[in-house]
Amino acid sequence: MLLKHTTADVADRKALTINPAKTCQPIGAMYAALGIHGCMPHSHGSQGCCAYHRSALTRHYKEPVMAGTSSFTEGASVFGGQANLLAAFNNIFSIYDPDVVAVHSTCLSETIGDDLAQITQKAIDEGKIPEGKTVIYASTPSYVGSHVTGFSNMCAAMAEQMAVEGVEVKSPTINVVPGWVEPADMREIKRLLKAMKVTSIMFPDTSDVLDAPMTGKHQFYPRGGVTLNELRDSGKSRKTYCLGSWASAAAGEALWKKSRVPFEEMSLPIGIKATDRFLAAVSKETSCPVPQSITDERGRLVDMVADMQNYLSGKRVALWGDPDQLLSLAEFLIDLDMKPVYMVSGTPGKAFMAKMEAIVGEAVPEAKYKNGERADMFLMHQWIKEEGVDLLIGNTYGKYISRDEDIPFIRAGFPIYDRAGHSYFPTVGYAGGLRLVEKILDALMDRQDRDSTEEKFELVM
Amino acid sequence: MRKIAIYGKGGIGKSTTTQNTVAGLAEMGKKVMVVGCDPKADSTRLLLGGLAQKTVLDTLRDEGEDVELEDIMKTGYGNTSCTESGGPEPGVGCAGRGIITSINMLEQLGAYDADKNLDYAFYDVLGDVVCGGFAMPIRDGKAQEIYIVVSGEMMAMYAANNICKGIVKYADAGGVRLGGLICNSRNVDNERQMIEELARQLGTQMIHFVPRENQVQRAEINRKTVIDYSPEHSQADEYRMLAKKIDENQMFVVPKPLEIEELEKLLIDFGIAN
Repeated sequence: MLLKHTTADVADRKALTINPAKTCQPIGAMYAALGIHGCMPHSHGSQGCCAYHRSALTRHYKEPVMAGTSSFTEGASVFGGQANLLAAFNNIFSIYDPDVVAVHSTCLSETIGDDLAQITQKAIDEGKIPEGKTVIYASTPSYVGSHVTGFSNMCAAMAEQMAVEGVEVKSPTINVVPGWVEPADMREIKRLLKAMKVTSIMFPDTSDVLDAPMTGKHQFYPRGGVTLNELRDSGKSRKTYCLGSWASAAAGEALWKKSRVPFEEMSLPIGIKATDRFLAAVSKETSCPVPQSITDERGRLVDMVADMQNYLSGKRVALWGDPDQLLSLAEFLIDLDMKPVYMVSGTPGKAFMAKMEAIVGEAVPEAKYKNGERADMFLMHQWIKEEGVDLLIGNTYGKYISRDEDIPFIRAGFPIYDRAGHSYFPTVGYAGGLRLVEKILDALMDRQDRDSTEEKFELVM
Repeated sequence: MRKIAIYGKGGIGKSTTTQNTVAGLAEMGKKVMVVGCDPKADSTRLLLGGLAQKTVLDTLRDEGEDVELEDIMKTGYGNTSCTESGGPEPGVGCAGRGIITSINMLEQLGAYDADKNLDYAFYDVLGDVVCGGFAMPIRDGKAQEIYIVVSGEMMAMYAANNICKGIVKYADAGGVRLGGLICNSRNVDNERQMIEELARQLGTQMIHFVPRENQVQRAEINRKTVIDYSPEHSQADEYRMLAKKIDENQMFVVPKPLEIEELEKLLIDFGIAN
């Protein structure tokens, strides 16, 4: 019993967070930066920050994650990190030859007031950025927001600093900011758009970067990622779809401000309804119909849900992770006739409570949910102790609760340090819905088999 | 050894007052070290006859952590040991962190060790206590007594009151106490009475009233303290008196900071508004 001291007695805490359901901003910034082709992320701070962020991403995606660091010493902390960052530009471009360096700040460099815009401009003015190479930067102090904020800030930086402006007539292309999803999810969204014959620019795009095939030859910069030309052209597109308000809305707003590309905030397309809304919106905007092949995928998902209804109906589920994922997952679970009863996210943002209320308010009036400060795994565990659930869905950090309470657990979100496959199989779109339902059913039916008496042990389920 | 920190509003004359007082103590035969905690590194200029030395942080930057005490400590007027923390140029980096780094380094290098036979260590700290770094000199095991340089001007008194709030915070944990207010006169009406009253309300004393005197400026232009430049001048005696009072001071208190309304009332009762 690793968490044996947790009790069902929920006390009103004023300050303490126990087992937070979030992590550092720069992890998100680094992940987003990897979605640019030929990009070297760079952490402007001390070495430890960069080492942690790289290892967190490497453990989740099971791919080597390269990034530079300004390696602050005590002197840099006092005198500012400008000299370190200028030296870093020089080293990175001459040794690793990336197309882009995407710099994000850290708690230390933010607190001493290093100005990334000013330092980058100085580097440009002094000719430290080679011809044809680009630097983008985002401010990502970890004491504000969460890893999702960092991802969002870096996505906004791409739009703000790269997109062209002043284009009157917009191209038929649409932009998609996919949110913090797996490389496989980004690939799946592109597949759906391609099937609809919609031309699109996705940024960031980590497919073929963090799920690159083994070819026998190490590629420092794998072939995936949004290109600089595409990022520039995103300013000419007719519309931006921001999938997930927390992760993607800032990029849409930035692109609207800079290039007057209208944007629409949508749910992450996880589950039937959210995918329907996304595809319908794109179809209407581009006049490209949703082809029969995709409608068939939807039909197969609906068929599976209908077939297995008796195993899903009424099952109580606890979820944790990032707001964008939780909102779409909760909506999907309700469509499966399941009951998302507990939801926590360490990522702040007042809109979460109202949006979740709109989704679960009527269908699951007993649902409890909370985000931001003190919305942690401890609270989640206490709720579960108050009244149990049938299934847990969330990142790896839930495995302690799963073990102590003996509850089936499927992994979703970030980070997943202890299972594989999440980066290869999507959970977005109808295909992703099928996979989610399969995983849910596997977990629930394995449990039923395990717990059934010999006379109730069924061959056919 | 007594460790003393001098605080006060920017431009109030902390460095000038500190160095002149230190000169007075040195004249009395005391062995004094001055630690300048201002990125401008001008806290020991009058004792050294100019900005001749490398700061602790310059040395740290140039030579890494391989620093010797001789590199950063110079001997000034009356055998005083002078050292400057230094810090970043305006607008970049973190001066507060600089003070923490440099005081830690001085301790590591043994600047305060018994073999130095110091009677006094003075910390001359920049302006207001704007962040944790500037409170470093009064944190645990550092300066035990503080003097605040103040004048009869509103903002100087306001800053003094704010500094008292900082002292209260560290008084519990670190044992730091306020030794008194030093009034560096700006020739404000009723200045002496007003600062005496402010001191009374804070629960401390006005340890000395330093009159305004142009001889201070003349000495400064010549990069000297008044005691060094014109030992016979009456202003030199004022600093000697201040040095003596500090040397003999027995009144160390945890101040009781004023509410802003009380501070304004003080100005109305005594000040120009009257």
